[in-house]
Amino acid sequence: MKLFSRTTPVSSLAGRPEHSPTSPLSVHAMTVAYHQRPVIWDVEYEAPAQALIAIVGPNGAGKSTFMKACLGIIPRATGLVEFWGKRFEEQRHRVGYVPQRESVDWDFPVSAIDVVCMGRYGMIGWFRRVSREHRSRAMECLEMVGLSDFAHRQINQLSGGQQQRVFLARALAQEASLYFMDEPFAGVDAATERSIVEILKQLKADGKTVIVVHHDLSTVADYFDNVVLLNTRIIAHGPVSSTFTNDNLRRTYGGRLTILEEVGESMASQR
Amino acid sequence: MDSTIYQFIALDLPPLLAALFSAIACAILGSYLVLRRQSLLGDAISHSVLPGIVVAFLVTGSRSTIPIFIGAAVAGICSAFLIEVVRKFGNVDESAAMGVIFSTFFALGILTMEQAAARNVDLDPDCLLHGQLETIFWYPPNDWATFFSWSTLGSVPAEVYASAIAAFLVIGFVVVLWKELLISSFDPALCHALGFRSDLIHHTLMVLLACAVVASFKTVGSILVIALLVCPAATARLCTDRLGVHLILSVVFACVACSTGYITAAFGPQWLGYEQSVNVAGMIAVMSGVLLGGAACFAPRYGIVARRRTGRR
Repeated sequence: MKLFSRTTPVSSLAGRPEHSPTSPLSVHAMTVAYHQRPVIWDVEYEAPAQALIAIVGPNGAGKSTFMKACLGIIPRATGLVEFWGKRFEEQRHRVGYVPQRESVDWDFPVSAIDVVCMGRYGMIGWFRRVSREHRSRAMECLEMVGLSDFAHRQINQLSGGQQQRVFLARALAQEASLYFMDEPFAGVDAATERSIVEILKQLKADGKTVIVVHHDLSTVADYFDNVVLLNTRIIAHGPVSSTFTNDNLRRTYGGRLTILEEVGESMASQR
Repeated sequence: MDSTIYQFIALDLPPLLAALFSAIACAILGSYLVLRRQSLLGDAISHSVLPGIVVAFLVTGSRSTIPIFIGAAVAGICSAFLIEVVRKFGNVDESAAMGVIFSTFFALGILTMEQAAARNVDLDPDCLLHGQLETIFWYPPNDWATFFSWSTLGSVPAEVYASAIAAFLVIGFVVVLWKELLISSFDPALCHALGFRSDLIHHTLMVLLACAVVASFKTVGSILVIALLVCPAATARLCTDRLGVHLILSVVFACVACSTGYITAAFGPQWLGYEQSVNVAGMIAVMSGVLLGGAACFAPRYGIVARRRTGRR
């Protein structure tokens, strides 16, 4: 299928750099197009190991697309994505993924524990059943997000925050080293937000890398140590302290000053 | 052997068995279609296999199962491919593309069938469209001693075997691929990321759907197969929040619809004083609708009565 043909991105695959085997995620010359229109354009990125990384940008900037293209869920027009210096197919078991909460049908007749068990499917493989050990491991993950009492509830009887924590527990059950989370803080209550942050910190302490699509600019500096500013292209990336500046934000968000003012105020109040 | 029992075994048991087996296959596949929000796909497949069946019949001149199945499968695959083509190049959404393709295929089937009828080919449109359970009968041995022997099995009508094979294929598919079906239905993106081929699972589901539809032609016909695919599954959806229970309930509802439909169609009019019996397939579809209506009113949690009582909307 030819998705994108008219122009070629600036850097070509010929000049492929040697990706370091220590970086959990290296993206080189990645372009993703939808209906011949680029959503992600010529992205060059190397994620640091053991870090909490926020992907920030305006609506339609391609944040979710970036994640899905890295994982091969949607096709890339060009580009090379490597995990610890190898192709995704070889490192699948080390990569966890939390999709947006709205991406699934929460009326589906499954219980919370069934959903968490799905995180183990990759280890179990084709045709085999979920063993008792896998199930009890899934139960531990549910306990970590504080939902063990809700294990046998049907998922539409959980609140939005609880549903999000079920998704998080499922990611924990994957026992990955690198996590992609698509807006885990969207529409959750304050208690859930705090517990998700705790889990993120714990994951980092265990040596893992977490890449999060994040919307609330006021909490970026509190929750994350690294940031990627994305608007079709990568505008800037690096440690929050040096990258998350007013100047870079203005370049990412363009003329949307209201958002910038809000951020400016909240950052000023934190200092 | 008692003559009423013999009459039952010869005239009523084979169509009832054929109807029950195709009901099992359709109800299970229909459950997944409803949960994947692809109910229209069942409609599309069941309609678009018609020209394949007619052409296979015209080419081979026989009504045996294998060529008809191959014809149906080819038509099903062609329609699935064309749906994708229309969706991509017609710039319309999937349901519109399905609507275009399956009505075209179905019309093609009707046209070829009419041509065949004009040339005095023995192909009964009624049989393909409405199903004719009434035409399935069996001449078993008339005494119990020879009845329970292997040779009896050989005389069982082929339609019963065809629908039984479809039912066992579907059950086997669900048992073996339980967790793969679950994850690809619930969260296709994660399914893909974990390395399970959701497209492969989807295509297998479609092939099995074509099998079940072809096996059900004789019993409920191509139009009413959709009643067996969607109604029992939708009824079960109102009654449970567990996937396993959902599948079992939809099979139970489908079987209840089949047996009550068969009995009311065969004997109901006589009880009411009419001479003729009514079409069995039509009655089965009506019964599945009645069951759905009953569940919508009286289901334990999602029924109208239960919602009123708990004060939910």
